[in-house]
Amino acid sequence: MFGTVDINFIIFGIMPYVALTIFLVGSIARYERDPFTWKSSSSQLLRRKQLVWGSILFHVGILTVFFGHLIGLFTPLWVLDSIGIPYGLKQWMAVIIGGPAGIAALIGSTMLLHRRLVDPRIRATSTNVDILIMALIWLQLVIGLLTITQTLQHMDGGTMVLFMEWSQSVVSWNLNAWANVVNVHWLYKVHIFLGLVITILFPFSRLVHIWSGFAAPFRYMLTRPGYQIVRSRRTRPLEDRRRAFDKVKGAQSPSSTTPAE
Amino acid sequence: MRVRAQIGKVLNLDKCIGCHTCSVTCKNVWTTREGVEYAWFNNVETKPGTGYPTDWENQKRWNGGWARSSSGKLHPKQGAKWRILANIFANPDLPEIDDYYEPFDFDYDHLKSAPDMDDFPTARPRSAITGERMEKIEKGPNWEEILGGEFSKRSQDYNFENVQKEIYGEYENTFMMYLPRLCEHCLNPTCSASCPSGAIYKREEDGIVLIDQEKCRGWRMCISGCPYKKIYYNWDTGKSEKCTFCYPRIESGQPTVCSETCVGRIRYLGVILYDADKIEEAASAERETDLYGAQMDVFLDPNDPVVIEAARRDGIPEDWIEAAKVSPVWKMAMDWKVAFPLHPEYRTLPMVWYIPPLSPIQNAAQAGQIAMSDKMPDVRSLRIPVQYLANMLTAGDEEPIVHALERMSAMRLYMRALSVDGVRDEAIAARVGMSGRMIEDMYKIMAIADYEDRFAIPTAHREQTEDGADIRGGCGFTDGNGCSAGEVGKTTLFGGKKKPFALPQETF
Repeated sequence: MFGTVDINFIIFGIMPYVALTIFLVGSIARYERDPFTWKSSSSQLLRRKQLVWGSILFHVGILTVFFGHLIGLFTPLWVLDSIGIPYGLKQWMAVIIGGPAGIAALIGSTMLLHRRLVDPRIRATSTNVDILIMALIWLQLVIGLLTITQTLQHMDGGTMVLFMEWSQSVVSWNLNAWANVVNVHWLYKVHIFLGLVITILFPFSRLVHIWSGFAAPFRYMLTRPGYQIVRSRRTRPLEDRRRAFDKVKGAQSPSSTTPAE
Repeated sequence: MRVRAQIGKVLNLDKCIGCHTCSVTCKNVWTTREGVEYAWFNNVETKPGTGYPTDWENQKRWNGGWARSSSGKLHPKQGAKWRILANIFANPDLPEIDDYYEPFDFDYDHLKSAPDMDDFPTARPRSAITGERMEKIEKGPNWEEILGGEFSKRSQDYNFENVQKEIYGEYENTFMMYLPRLCEHCLNPTCSASCPSGAIYKREEDGIVLIDQEKCRGWRMCISGCPYKKIYYNWDTGKSEKCTFCYPRIESGQPTVCSETCVGRIRYLGVILYDADKIEEAASAERETDLYGAQMDVFLDPNDPVVIEAARRDGIPEDWIEAAKVSPVWKMAMDWKVAFPLHPEYRTLPMVWYIPPLSPIQNAAQAGQIAMSDKMPDVRSLRIPVQYLANMLTAGDEEPIVHALERMSAMRLYMRALSVDGVRDEAIAARVGMSGRMIEDMYKIMAIADYEDRFAIPTAHREQTEDGADIRGGCGFTDGNGCSAGEVGKTTLFGGKKKPFALPQETF
């Protein structure tokens, strides 16, 4: 039965599910089992040079690209149709917004990768996974930007729709999704494959800080009323203690007046 | 009124001999690990000097502490919440490790393994980060020891503000003092306010400020938030660390390691009751010089029956109330008013206070011309300028410092009269607004400083915080990561380094 399995089926049909499972289960397991290892692994303390510009360019660029992919790929086609956005226009938007953002991210990640490999302090304190993930993201950015050369040759939005259908099929359990991307240019295929590899590595690398990065604004701005945090280890909250005290006090001396001023 | 208790601390700078025993014992207990070699939860600086990390007091540069807006609201000086989040990719106010110093060790092994050579073998330094040779050590945790370095550099010291500092560069007029520093365990800490993850918290029971190592994500905003630069980023674990006030010791009624081992007996620990409802108002005082007084208004008198009743109602244990009554910290800060907060202008309401040092009379060289006022040595003509101490301890207000120094010199005069002439001279005491009995009590605690007078630490009440049955069979005290080993084979699954227990390889 599996004698003539298509490699495309493995990568675009099976691998997304494997990758997403590892990504989710791995993230939850790490958060639950090893919260001490959950961190951004900032190296700014050891060397400020090249980090400030590199990190800002990289993060702003890649966040734009990330949300571009998320919104671009997972917006259902009927939504586009009902708002009345032509597919060609959407593809132009992708190129115009994603292109510069990708270039910014590439410049930033080049600076960061160079710093990580060349600076003796950063090199000495890097783990293998740190270097691997940085190199993979750099490669992914290069390939992603190279696909623009192909994209510009067919600005009708047709290929883009194939990718949208593939992405949305994957998350809606349509197992024939892989057939959509069999005939696209190999650059796109490599880009998707690398994306899935990075997804698999996510829980085992410093990339887990992305979860916290998305959570932090909500926790800090919305769920924390003031600035300070006081933790009490006492099992009875203050109001309980006060109520219990007042009750005992009242029972002991019913005629008690207010405390002397 | 919301009564809470904190173990506060006072350091009597008048008696600090700068021996660094506190720093070394602290380091041996807490920071001998990789990633925090450069970190000194407790360090001792020679003043005047720029300190460790260099220039830490210059908040124009580091933006630590709080800022008060024109509407009277407080926000961290490095920015309000949204501003802090915007800096999350690269923190513009973060010191580099070179602002502390590059940690190093020496090639001690070379001393015994060197081959037969013409020259005597030496132990040369090696970076603890990269392992590479360091040709020259540029900086250390106590680089300005006993006024080391040029005056032009040392005098960048922030506390020289409004002081004609040039004359103190002259040999005849020079002065120095020691400043031991640790986390202030503030009532209004900027470190915790700056943490986007909410990992830093103050403990309700004893006021100790701690970092939850499992919640810290390494966003490094606390380091720039703390104006005292007493939060250290562990570059190995990627988490921030700080002075723990030796909480396992405090909980069992023992003094912190730095206090226990202090050779000069300058450190005091005791309970301070405070009103948590008043913190915000006190920290927001309009004028910086009002902050010292505002903080004293937050403290609650443990002998006031109203306070005792409120403390009981809020669940302060009885032995903590009793400890507050005999607290040396209360006596020095509130009864005698000789202790002051370090840089109250940062608006953090620090809880480690300092007694300013007396110093030799400036003009003593002119024989017989020692400046006296009203039969007392004029503390304004002491070698250490009062303005300098005031910049450090009262946001520049000289009056409280003068008052404290006068009381301390009055104590000397009074005790001299008592022990030499056998006279209890109440007039001396009255001149500084005290009684003979107060001065003798002050002498007992500040000069004799017996162990039990220095430390009045009630134990933690574990029966209020946990059920023994719940923690039976727990994993006990761990270094982060709870009970999880998270290991598969030799390497760990999620990138943490496995550090097996190893016996020493060499025996001598």
